[in-house]
Amino acid sequence: MDIPLILPQETLKRLYYEMLRIRKLQLKIEAHYLENEMKTPIHLYIGQEAIAVGVCAHLQREDFINSSHRSHGHYLAKGGNLKALVAELFCRQTGCSKGRGGSMHLVDVAVGHYGSSSIVGGGIPIGTGMGLALQMQKRPLVSVVFLGDGAADEGVFYESLNFAMLKKLPVVYVLENNQYSICSHVSARQAGDNVFHAVSPDLLFSAKVDGNDVLAVYEIAKQAIVRARSGQGPAFLECRTYRLRGHAGCESQDFQGYRPPEEVEFWKGRCPLATYRRRLLADAIITLAEIDDMEKRIAAELIEAFNCARQEPLPQDKDLHLYLFCE
Amino acid sequence: MPWSKIKAEFHEPYAALQEDGRILSYPEAVREGLAQALAQDPRVFVMGQGVDDPGGMFGTTRGLHKEFGEGRVFDTPLAEAALTGVAVGAAIAGMRPVYFHNRPDFLFLAMDQLANHAAKWYYMFGGQVNVPLVIWSCIGRGWGSAAQHSQALQGVFMHIPGLKLIMPSTCFDAKGLLIAAIGDPNPVIILEHRFNFKQQGVVPEEMYGVPIGKGVVRRPGKDVTVVAISHLVLEAFNAAQELAAEGLEVEVIDPRTLRPLDEDLILNSVAKTGRLVIADSGWKTGGVTAEIGAMVAEKGFDLLKAPIIRLACPDLPTPAGYSLEEAYYIGKEDIMKAVRQLLQ
Repeated sequence: MDIPLILPQETLKRLYYEMLRIRKLQLKIEAHYLENEMKTPIHLYIGQEAIAVGVCAHLQREDFINSSHRSHGHYLAKGGNLKALVAELFCRQTGCSKGRGGSMHLVDVAVGHYGSSSIVGGGIPIGTGMGLALQMQKRPLVSVVFLGDGAADEGVFYESLNFAMLKKLPVVYVLENNQYSICSHVSARQAGDNVFHAVSPDLLFSAKVDGNDVLAVYEIAKQAIVRARSGQGPAFLECRTYRLRGHAGCESQDFQGYRPPEEVEFWKGRCPLATYRRRLLADAIITLAEIDDMEKRIAAELIEAFNCARQEPLPQDKDLHLYLFCE
Repeated sequence: MPWSKIKAEFHEPYAALQEDGRILSYPEAVREGLAQALAQDPRVFVMGQGVDDPGGMFGTTRGLHKEFGEGRVFDTPLAEAALTGVAVGAAIAGMRPVYFHNRPDFLFLAMDQLANHAAKWYYMFGGQVNVPLVIWSCIGRGWGSAAQHSQALQGVFMHIPGLKLIMPSTCFDAKGLLIAAIGDPNPVIILEHRFNFKQQGVVPEEMYGVPIGKGVVRRPGKDVTVVAISHLVLEAFNAAQELAAEGLEVEVIDPRTLRPLDEDLILNSVAKTGRLVIADSGWKTGGVTAEIGAMVAEKGFDLLKAPIIRLACPDLPTPAGYSLEEAYYIGKEDIMKAVRQLLQ
């Protein structure tokens, strides 16, 4: 059942704009990827935009997020610098990680993004520890950990949840179940449904939500984040979604034969942007002219970011040894 | 460990440390360093399995939870992988965690966070996020500690760029290097050795740091350089004292830090003696003796008058039984034999 569109119009539009911006960036990266200027393994977020946007809508600038190899969406939704992200994909010195990280290792300290790990599950305990620091520092902030269903296979997930519950940490774990780890379906990797729903709600606020419905994500994330921010402990949200592209690279580089074409078609029909756009238009929250204006603004911003990135300097040989140790 | 209860407490023999001063035991020295760091810096906290138990990690953390509160000195679940990540995250977010482990063997469970995360974070994000983390662990030996409770893993950690690695051998250094490690903005691993814990030495009361990356000459000599690590410094020192009676003058070098390594100190000593023995409690292949030996061969080949001798544990898991343990470990006798061989 659809959630009524009771949020302020500006919020409803903003959610669409943020999702659109992430989608357009992904599409632009994909369109240029085979030109081989972005020499970095990309993991596109197409189809999952509602999750990053629905969650980050409740975060303050100082709140922490932690994500993974598939992190462009979280970075942008949290307010990360677009130009620095694109420059990083082009391996430039002006990239967000100064050309040392690449697509999988994004960072923007100014907005509470202290780095993403491409070791699946690696960011989960780190985000948990950032929550521990917030608790020790008595700051009314939260640490949000974005993880995939592959990361939920890892032992550190359960160890981290246990510790977060034990210490009542202000950590919100957002599982984006896009159903595939490279080519392995979740049913080949996990028995039954995820076990952590058995945990007492006193210890862990947990919920399952349609991850392709930005308003559903928005509503449940609000509860989880308010709860964590006020010291009531950690939360776990499982957002069901689908990876519309392959594990890595652009659409034409995806493996064939590991998932039924009709399954992909089904989920394309559930595209979080298209479905939300239909609702906004049907309820006259937004006009086609406004959407067109958004698209133009985003297109101009992306063109500028890509043009800049191409012209920025590459890191120099002489700087190879920089940044091993902090002085 | 029961073994260490058999070993009597003794004073460190090094000339430089025999000056007047307050004497502390090794665990007391570590504990004092921790307590001073906790008192001075509210960002510092101590975590680890059993840090608040009556034993208090061989005495190094005993009672600190009462003094500084359970929020700053706390027990952890048996989840080394995630809890290391928790420590990394807390460090990234502005804290100064000190994570205690009873034995380095269990650090293998933490390797993903140590090698893939803590060691990489500063470089991978272009110098924008550092990880001021201390991992403390104590190598076991004897009384059947065996293959899974006695591993000296310095060679493994020395291999990984981005980690600093400290192995103290005196009470003075145990305190000063711990304080320096806590103050360092990078991930630092301290590998202690259980055999050091019966030592007593001069330890100043004030808070002081011993510089990371600087070794020290424990005993000057002109004939042979012995670079020894951790508890083998004492073995090398005792070997040198006995060899002096035979007219052989051995210079004993204690690097104290394996990464960064004080290469100049070692090369300068080899420049003087032309002969080098390296003694380490880890395995021989791809280990600390291999690295130091290769470094000297590469940078000081012309200084050498004889082949380098490496003394390390054989490439085997540690056996449990005491007769085999005896055959497995190296010590004073092996060092004396190597020195004599070089001077034949």
